[in-house]
Amino acid sequence: MRAKAKPEAEAVTAEMTGADVLIHSLKKENVEVLFGYPGGAVLPIYDALYRSPIKHILSKHEQGSIHAAEGYARVSGKPGVVIATSGPGATNLVTGITDAMMDSLPLVIFTGQVASTVIGTDAFQEADIMGITAPITKHNYQVRDVQDLPRIIKEAFHIATTGRPGPVLVDIPKDVANKTISPDYDSTIHLPGYQPTFSPNILQIKKLADAVGSAKKPVILAGAGVLHANAGKELVAFSEKHRIPVINTLLGLGSYPGNHPLFLGMGGMHGTYTANMALYECDLLISIGARFDDRLTGNLDHFAIHATVAHIDVDPAEIGKNVPTQIPIVSDAREALKKLLEIESPLPDTEDWRKKLTQNSEDFPLWKKSSATEFLPQRVVELVHEYTKGDAIITTDVGQHQMWAAQYYAFADANRWVTSGGLGTMGFGFPSAIGAQLAFPEQTVVSLTGDGGFQMTLQELSTLQELNLPVKVVIMNNQTLGMVRQWQEAFYEERYSQSLIPVQPDFVKLGEAYGIQSFKVTNEEEAKAVFEEAFSHRDPVLIDCRVSGKENVYPMIAPGKGLHQMIGVKP
Amino acid sequence: MKRIVTATVINQSGVLNRITGLMTKRQFNIESITVGHTEKEGVSKMTFVVNVDDNAKIEQLIKQLNKQIDVLKVTDITDQAIVVRELALIKVISNAQIRSEISGIIEPFRASIIDVSRESITVQVTGNSDKIEAILDLLRPYGIKEMVRTGITAFPRGSQKSVTDLKQYSILN
Repeated sequence: MRAKAKPEAEAVTAEMTGADVLIHSLKKENVEVLFGYPGGAVLPIYDALYRSPIKHILSKHEQGSIHAAEGYARVSGKPGVVIATSGPGATNLVTGITDAMMDSLPLVIFTGQVASTVIGTDAFQEADIMGITAPITKHNYQVRDVQDLPRIIKEAFHIATTGRPGPVLVDIPKDVANKTISPDYDSTIHLPGYQPTFSPNILQIKKLADAVGSAKKPVILAGAGVLHANAGKELVAFSEKHRIPVINTLLGLGSYPGNHPLFLGMGGMHGTYTANMALYECDLLISIGARFDDRLTGNLDHFAIHATVAHIDVDPAEIGKNVPTQIPIVSDAREALKKLLEIESPLPDTEDWRKKLTQNSEDFPLWKKSSATEFLPQRVVELVHEYTKGDAIITTDVGQHQMWAAQYYAFADANRWVTSGGLGTMGFGFPSAIGAQLAFPEQTVVSLTGDGGFQMTLQELSTLQELNLPVKVVIMNNQTLGMVRQWQEAFYEERYSQSLIPVQPDFVKLGEAYGIQSFKVTNEEEAKAVFEEAFSHRDPVLIDCRVSGKENVYPMIAPGKGLHQMIGVKP
Repeated sequence: MKRIVTATVINQSGVLNRITGLMTKRQFNIESITVGHTEKEGVSKMTFVVNVDDNAKIEQLIKQLNKQIDVLKVTDITDQAIVVRELALIKVISNAQIRSEISGIIEPFRASIIDVSRESITVQVTGNSDKIEAILDLLRPYGIKEMVRTGITAFPRGSQKSVTDLKQYSILN
């Protein structure tokens, strides 16, 4: 039975505890949902939460909380808010914080801390979370004086969501949460060292427009920055106006329609032949909101070597970091594209270039085996696409299933793709699907996962059970750590060290143990029947797809090789 | 090449940790680092000497430092006309007989003897790094028991008029 709650925080006007101030500030920031897990040091905060209407999602492990918050942030653009206790609660967040830092996701994380009086004494459940998270947060705070709390929370949300988004951590000692004060919510943000550039330098825009005008082989590389800036429409308009083909990075998928005639597919290690050869041969590369990750560029000695490089990025430190840049533009992607569209500039003649690229696409399309007997993992992605009409939110972990999802789902719209790109986190996909579903309750959300990654965070099935969200968990079960196995086959003479996992739980019984309808399918016909059923209703479903364990992801750029040295471009 | 970089920072706890942490993470070699208060309350200044391979690397360092929320301004002052000072304390083995000899050696450096014991004397010297190297060379034959250096602190000269010979102002190249 729910014990009688103390009066709601808002009713208390004069004096309130630090914990109440926190909850009140979250309301002021329009936070609708918190992802968290209670513990000793956050007891005062959870007590304040008890008398608040803000929804709290209780995960089964703090890692589940933070990945859910990441999924929520990725699809909604709103900051994901996480609460965890001191010590182990806080350290369990570390993977998710790093993941959000690498993939520029706005998170505000509140961790409990032992009381101020015992900080530094190796107290029970004490961890130096400020030190631990310094390199993996955009910024972090420890609240020493409860009077600073309203200002710090305002600053935390401001920093997390502006400029290049990222995680901000606020560490709150237990005594600070307990202390009673008359809060001052009018205190203003004061961040003289944080003035992110939003609008581009117009001279640089002109320089880029001139370069576009004289280019023969221009190409646009669109990354997640386009999604963060909500610049999809402007990108389509710009590319269509100048007839410039577009390549997406892994994280940028969906920022440009996957079915657009100017779209060349994803670039990089498992990108399309056309996209990679375009990056190799282009004479003008316009990178927008992408950071030239090594998985995208391959060996830098062969990357865009004939090109003038223009780089639009809201983070100046990304420009020139990996690739020498002739036209640097520090700006929000949407602002820069708007200015580029406004400016009068000659249109380039790209017809020959586009013809050549089209020819490449026809000669070297993505390919897979055609097999009547084997259940191919790529077909799972295609079937999911078919039964969700290409409009689902897809979340993944890292590895083969992630690459196949990226290759075969053809995202037509923005913010349907939730994946761990930079950090490459196994166990990310399933909890992030829960977060994405909470952001968009009406959307179809599919957690496309591997049997390895799923087992890293499958305890969140219990969260799914409790919330009864219609997340569809599709396990592409090849009984191996597929990408590890693929590399061992290619580069370690088939010594499959610790990558084959023939012994695994009965996923159907496992799902049923959590009260979730579960199915096992071993071929396409079974899959079609189950998908038909699973995608027709609003309950959670788990589907164990027993796919072939010997498939490799192709085409591929081997490590250390250049974009033009792809292998497996043809069957 | 060695570069002198200064960073004006808000004097928050953790700011030094963040800055040295990012230098470790991005594999910058710090030769020396000094931190202290400035004329503005709550604002500190750090002076780094870093060893980098090329200009792109130093540009990256400046950009990464600038990204830190508590960092107000970062400048590579190596090529400006600057005032550079470092302090060294040198404990030299010396008995009463050679004390005056050492005194004579350090006098042109405007160094001073700040502590005397039966077996040693302690010399304090202030200046740019070349000057300190020079005095160390001269004192080494007597036997240096202990030596500490603060690392350099620096800022631009009041007037940046056309400097023809940078070397005489900027001790590092």
